[in-house]
Amino acid sequence: MADNYKAAVIGDTASVSGFAALGLSVFCETEPEKISKLINRLAVNDFAVIYITEPAAAAAGDTIKKYRSSKLPSIVLIPAIEGNTGDGMRALHEAVEKAVGSDILNK
Amino acid sequence: MARLNVNPTRMELSKLKKKLDSARRGHKLLKDKRDELMRQFMNLIRENRQLRAEVEEAIKAADRYMAVAGSVMQREALETALMLPKQEVELEVGEKNVMSVYIPVFSPKYRTDDTNDIYSYGTAFTSIDLDGAVKALSEVFPKMIRLAEVEKACQLMADEIEKTRRRVNALEHIMIPDYEETIKYITMKLSENERSTTTSLMKVKDMVLKDSHHYH
Repeated sequence: MADNYKAAVIGDTASVSGFAALGLSVFCETEPEKISKLINRLAVNDFAVIYITEPAAAAAGDTIKKYRSSKLPSIVLIPAIEGNTGDGMRALHEAVEKAVGSDILNK
Repeated sequence: MARLNVNPTRMELSKLKKKLDSARRGHKLLKDKRDELMRQFMNLIRENRQLRAEVEEAIKAADRYMAVAGSVMQREALETALMLPKQEVELEVGEKNVMSVYIPVFSPKYRTDDTNDIYSYGTAFTSIDLDGAVKALSEVFPKMIRLAEVEKACQLMADEIEKTRRRVNALEHIMIPDYEETIKYITMKLSENERSTTTSLMKVKDMVLKDSHHYH
């Protein structure tokens, strides 16, 4: 394993191009199959963190689930330019439900 | 509860007693592990939720700037402006052990020392809103790194808690009661055997005495 890892952003052009200025690797991709392939490729290529917009993540749900229990990469959902769908928060609630047995965050 | 399929012998009895002992000890340890994991998990989840809300809010604000920038500038100009970043981020990945769950720790390393050195374009031909968008994103970026860390930690810990909980339940509701019942069964069987030996011995003794001394 290399010492230095990279961070990537996946999503539609409008939502992710701003991240290029921060020095993140930006991938503009909207087709479900290509997104899945891209995630798999990034995972083996020293990417530790992948930020992905919620619509793009919804298109590649299975691939993202696959990496949920592995240590790297950490895949984080971010809202796209069209607005927040709440998928990111939902994943959080799912984790709570898995651990506790019921979703206690809603209280 | 099912009794285990073993021969009712002393050897099996002492083996089972040892097993029951270690099952009880394991159960106690796992229960402690589960409780501590749960405590840490709840702290992390709380942080995760707050971070996520903040990050989502900031990205929304940045996107708003970006939308305005996109409408006043040509798409090509916008892309050219962002095409060659000055800044580059690399992540150093460490590891933290929380109750034998290994969670990653990210520390970002920037190519340039000045974290404000983020504008990869001259300001003459770009909209001020683009500056706003880039600035907003760069401000929230440390939080995004922390969010990636915390989110991963939450996922890994949720997995581990689920596993530990299953083990605790299996020990508590299946293995320990099974052992207890089998031990009880063997103990009963052995004492039953002993009683039957005693009675038959007494019977034999009676018969022998009768034969040799002509007792009535």
